[in-house]
Amino acid sequence: MRHFAALFTAIDQSTKTRVKVAALAAYFKTAEEDDKLWTVALFSGRRPKRAVTTTRLREWAAEAAEVPLWLFEESYSIVGDLAETIALILPPNTSESNHSLSHWINSLRMLSQADEPERKAFVHAAWHELGGAERFLFNKLITGGFRVGVSQKLMTRALSQATGKPEAELAHRLMGKWHPDDVNWHALIEAEDPEADASRPYPFYLAHGLEDGPDPLGDPAAWRAEWKWDGIRGQLILRDGAYFVWSRGEELMTDRFPELARAIDHLPPGTVLDGELLVWRPGAPHPSSFNVLQPRIGRKTVPKKLLREAPVVLHTYDLLEWQGEDIRKKPFAERRALLENACADLPDGAPVRLSPQIPFKSWQDLIPRRENARAAHAEGLMIKRADSPYRSGRKKGDWWKWKLDPLTIDAVMIYAQSGSGRRANLFTDFTFAVRNGNDMVPFTKAYSGLTDAEFRQITAWVRKNTLQRFGPVRQVTPHHVFEIAFEGIAASARHKSGVALRFPRMLRWRQDKPLEEANTLDDLNEMLRIYG
Amino acid sequence: MGDRAATFACMSRSPVLTFTDKGIYCPAGDFYIDPWHPVARALITHGHADHARAGMGRYLATHAALPVVRHRLGEINAQGIGFGEALQIGDARVSFHPAGHVPGSAQIRVAVAGEIWVASGDYKVVDDGLSEAFEVVRCHHFITESTFGLPVFRWADQRDVAAEINGWWAGCVAAGKTAFLGAYALGKAQRLMSLLDPDIGPILTHAAVENTNAVLRAQGYNLPDTLLANAELNPKDHPGALVLAPPSAFDSAWSRKFGAQETAFASGWMALRGVRRRRSGDRGFVISDHADWAGLLSAIRETGAENIYVTHGYTDIFTRYLNEVGWNAQVVPTQFEGESLDAGDAA
Ligand SMILES: [Zn+2]
Ligand SMILES: [Zn+2]
Repeated sequence: MRHFAALFTAIDQSTKTRVKVAALAAYFKTAEEDDKLWTVALFSGRRPKRAVTTTRLREWAAEAAEVPLWLFEESYSIVGDLAETIALILPPNTSESNHSLSHWINSLRMLSQADEPERKAFVHAAWHELGGAERFLFNKLITGGFRVGVSQKLMTRALSQATGKPEAELAHRLMGKWHPDDVNWHALIEAEDPEADASRPYPFYLAHGLEDGPDPLGDPAAWRAEWKWDGIRGQLILRDGAYFVWSRGEELMTDRFPELARAIDHLPPGTVLDGELLVWRPGAPHPSSFNVLQPRIGRKTVPKKLLREAPVVLHTYDLLEWQGEDIRKKPFAERRALLENACADLPDGAPVRLSPQIPFKSWQDLIPRRENARAAHAEGLMIKRADSPYRSGRKKGDWWKWKLDPLTIDAVMIYAQSGSGRRANLFTDFTFAVRNGNDMVPFTKAYSGLTDAEFRQITAWVRKNTLQRFGPVRQVTPHHVFEIAFEGIAASARHKSGVALRFPRMLRWRQDKPLEEANTLDDLNEMLRIYG
Repeated sequence: MGDRAATFACMSRSPVLTFTDKGIYCPAGDFYIDPWHPVARALITHGHADHARAGMGRYLATHAALPVVRHRLGEINAQGIGFGEALQIGDARVSFHPAGHVPGSAQIRVAVAGEIWVASGDYKVVDDGLSEAFEVVRCHHFITESTFGLPVFRWADQRDVAAEINGWWAGCVAAGKTAFLGAYALGKAQRLMSLLDPDIGPILTHAAVENTNAVLRAQGYNLPDTLLANAELNPKDHPGALVLAPPSAFDSAWSRKFGAQETAFASGWMALRGVRRRRSGDRGFVISDHADWAGLLSAIRETGAENIYVTHGYTDIFTRYLNEVGWNAQVVPTQFEGESLDAGDAA
């Protein structure tokens, strides 16, 4: 565990990409194969089967630290991370050991067959012999979530340095549904001709925001435009008579979208499509709002009623594999032509549709199109270089998103709650209200958008202007007005105000605005009518 | 019968210390302790900005704390007092006792008609080798801070932290980089200086730190040699240096002239990974001039006090815990919560 802890600490305490990659590469050159495999797995969000529930973990930790459970929970809410809270709250370790990372993982795996007293004894013993970062990492093996600031891209770069294999190949090998339980290092990383995994997706290419409009992009003829849809990015893979759906977060979502199975009837095997998953009801002129799609994302099995009410289609805009061949190196215009051909014979009810391109001659032509995006239920425009290959990750230069300006509303802060982790002890989570006569109607929460200095200032104010406390929440004097930005608005029965916002955040603190100038419930309802 | 008499005696006069919107007030002596608004007479525990404020009619502080207080507040009407020396103010008998927080820092003991209160200001119970070591003062009522009043805060032996810091510094030197260590100008900076290994390289200081150094050296505190990093100083003449500066001076035109550098912060808050990452320095060292959880509890236990007043920090949580384990504790409302995570640097 020491070797892995040293790697983790080196990565965790540096903000420099180069240092992180060097530490990873050195580790991949020297560590045992099983440890390397698990390191890649952990840093890409895979983890051993949970052997202990977090409820038990909290109870055992409070007991071992000799503090009441409520005090443990309060500490946890301030530290913000369970594994870290436990590591800090327990007394220092009394003995030492240096078992490998995979030893601990295997021991945890065996534990799932043990009875509870045995599990507890094992965890206690581990806490006694592991100190500092090792204890924290042991806890993380149980609780999951190694957020350590190593993107897939950095990891593949380090692997590439350590193995001499090209980054692109490694990125492809690391995608998909592998788990250390059923693959070894050699098969995953090194084997010359690994069993081609039919489900394996391509890394997504991600666009950058266009802050100052498209003029700097140069000659408009070198570019293509499309709507930017407000759904979830998805990759549909049709291979060997099966279909697979991947999210941008590299999550396999096939089971969640059974309607996409019918794509097999319309497109040949050896086809991989990139696009946006949207709810689009038959005959509707435009897609439904993201709110309607939301319940489809969380569910692994979809009730029939939901399937009927919120049917999903893939709006495809790129072709990555055609007739079994990886065509990502071909220019976008060429891939697009192939895509249009492939989609030409799709019947109306097919679960795949071609996302149209928006013709334009000059950048000027695009301005009114973008401004009307909301009418098309899109959130802006995508601008893509016609001769660009399909790259991987967030490489700047070929794909741009030119989003609509957000909707905004001036609202009054009425509740404040302190943050955790990074911002423990600062009030960072606020509830905002619109005015309705003399009432304040809460309609959204927001917790980002201010600078640390502003958070400090508002924190001092909250302390002095607390009307009432409800646990961690403080009701404050309605006084401060904030401009809240959001991407969409929809009716919602679950909210007191009757609306739900999409991506609400604080755009600015309007210290210049008196309470009376904040927006009203009527204003909010008007926005719902226009944009909902 | 006896109980009732005691209750009556208690209720018949106001408490020795009360909590007002100007700060802690003693009616029997008509003075305030660390007030945050101008008052006629202020007793000051130590020179940190949230304790020693401008605008008081008269100041009383330890001889050891006064030079820094004067340095920070300029012309003031101030009187010094020795540690342990008693002074009668009205009906109150007052004395100052080491708090171990920073050089000169004191707890203030106030006795009226046999009832003893102690306002501890900021304190730590371990001896840092530089500040006058914390002294247990027996009392009936104890006012305690709770900056780190959570069981997740547990400080390591300062020798271990020193080894970590020196190891980091030596690593910077080996990599040809200047080591920038961020710390509060009064207290933490000097404590760190005393822990640094002078064989590794020269210690350079930001003006805010060096000014405080000069005041403390003049008082006779034993500080290692340092060199003021002013505009005339050429960093190239001092290879392998460590620069001590308040974090606000990081990433400024001043700091950039030192070329390739690594940055680190030294504070109790560095115990939290989230805070370390927010600070986005290269390193965080966990070292504090406030008591950790165990330190707070041992100090409270040893005073023998039954009534505990909790201020500065995790007041609600710490108070609830104290009440649960048998003390009579209450939260003292404070308007100004300096040295908390928000300020970050002092702790
Ligand atoms: Zn202080
Ligand atoms: Zn303080």
